[in-house]
Amino acid sequence: MISESFEYHVPKTIEEALGMIGEFGDESKVLAGGHSLLPMMKLRLASPKHLIDIGRIGALRYIRESEGQLELGALTTHFEIESSSLLKSKCPLLPETAREIGDVQVCNRGTLGGSLVHADPAADWPAAMLAVEAEMVARGPHGERKIRARDFFVDLMATALQSDELLTAIRVSPLPARTGDAYLKLHHPASGFAVVGVAVRLTLAESGSIGEARVGVTGVGAKPYRAEETERLLAGKSPTAKRLEEAAAHAADGVDANSDLYASGDYRKHLAAVYARRAIQRAAERAAGR
Amino acid sequence: MRIQVKVNGTAFESDVEPRLLLVHYLRDVLDLTGTHIGCETSLCGACTVLVNGHAVKSCTLLAVQANGAEITTIEGLASDGKLHPLQQGFWEEHGLQCGFCTPGMILAAHQLLSRNPHPTEAEIRKGLEGNLCRCTGYQHIVKAVQYAAEKAATGGQ
Ligand SMILES: Cc1cc2nc3c(=O)[nH]c(=O)nc-3n(C[C@H](O)[C@H](O)[C@H](O)COP(=O)(O)OP(=O)(O)OC[C@H]3O[C@@H](n4cnc5c(N)ncnc54)[C@H](O)[C@@H]3O)c2cc1C
Ligand code: FES
Ligand code: FES
Repeated sequence: MISESFEYHVPKTIEEALGMIGEFGDESKVLAGGHSLLPMMKLRLASPKHLIDIGRIGALRYIRESEGQLELGALTTHFEIESSSLLKSKCPLLPETAREIGDVQVCNRGTLGGSLVHADPAADWPAAMLAVEAEMVARGPHGERKIRARDFFVDLMATALQSDELLTAIRVSPLPARTGDAYLKLHHPASGFAVVGVAVRLTLAESGSIGEARVGVTGVGAKPYRAEETERLLAGKSPTAKRLEEAAAHAADGVDANSDLYASGDYRKHLAAVYARRAIQRAAERAAGR
Repeated sequence: MRIQVKVNGTAFESDVEPRLLLVHYLRDVLDLTGTHIGCETSLCGACTVLVNGHAVKSCTLLAVQANGAEITTIEGLASDGKLHPLQQGFWEEHGLQCGFCTPGMILAAHQLLSRNPHPTEAEIRKGLEGNLCRCTGYQHIVKAVQYAAEKAATGGQ
């Protein structure tokens, strides 16, 4: 299976890449890890005339802590996130999510930025990004701007990133005190993607009741979302099993759920409630242990 | 485009079309047909090779993306006519039947043992998740990897 022919470009810097995107416009595609784009090109679902391989831009590949925030370059691979000791101690939700993605070979190549821009409705990262309120850093011809995770995912395979912009970095805040997080998903038995995936970051108040809970859901609808009704029902409550279950039952309220051969829309909504309950429970236990 | 790669320790320089996949470069240009093509859709792992020490599915990588890289294929594992411990393990523990998945299995297992020299059975299964076998039922493949891990631990080659 061979793609259509294209011209191949290898920018060394972000500026050079932006120049090429500006020059070739709609006829071009950016290549990161290539684990979503190359399969599409081989099936000829995408046939860019110019392929701009940003994979060698070292300035896009890092994990660091600066000004109290954690920052990941867009090219950071799933494996680099899974094995980062900085993230394991400061934002364990990210390594926990990376571990659930695809297989070893996919994790060696696939990048966080590529997954977010591709915005597959069954991708794992979006749930985690919503739960930690990540901030996406985009660079375009007019400079840099930041996009909140909840504004980033616009629709099925559509994001707030403009076609002349590069996603350069993802910023997340480290785990605060008395806070726990968790990501749980039902793997599609063939593809390994999320039939439904739920990421939670939950903070307990001094009193032991729930201060704030953020619940990100992927796989259910066309785009990932925050389960706002669930979050509202959790705030201020003591984390008893019954309360968590009542709140989790609303994890897919108002969502137009996807149906396919494997899972009907109703089943997906049911799964959202079940996985939300389990993920909230786990995050609450972890919060209590900190 | 002109690319330079080192495959199993030997340097090669070739002119390739940008759309040429790494697996076709290895098989058709360099004549290294030990790397197999199964699904062509990134799912089966038969095409797994190491690129700069990382296991990748070479049907999902352009040859030009590997420019400058060091690549290891199944042909590069044995040295001085002696099988690599993983190859020995597959031999001794009957880790293969038709053998189609074996080169990819062995390179994925190679990645696993380089990151985790003493994997549990569950870790072996997780490490080989990206590789499908239609024959063995995986049981003997797991044993083959355990054999190799043990062999490496006791220093036997
Ligand atoms: C067998 C297999 C199993 C998988 N299983 C899972 C799974 O279980 N869960 C899951 O979430 N994912 C899974 N994936 C998808 C995988 O995580 C991809 O790697 C990821 O979705 C895309 O990242 P990439 O770096 O490969 O992006 P690419 O394929 O290189 O690019 C994807 C898209 O994003 C654009 N792009 C990439 N980087 C940037 C950037 N910095 N700025 C602007 N645009 C950019 C590209 O132009 C392209 O449109 C799987 C993939 C395969 C092949
Ligand atoms: S041929 Fe590459 S994964 Fe199947
Ligand atoms: S031995 Fe035949 S596919 Fe694995």
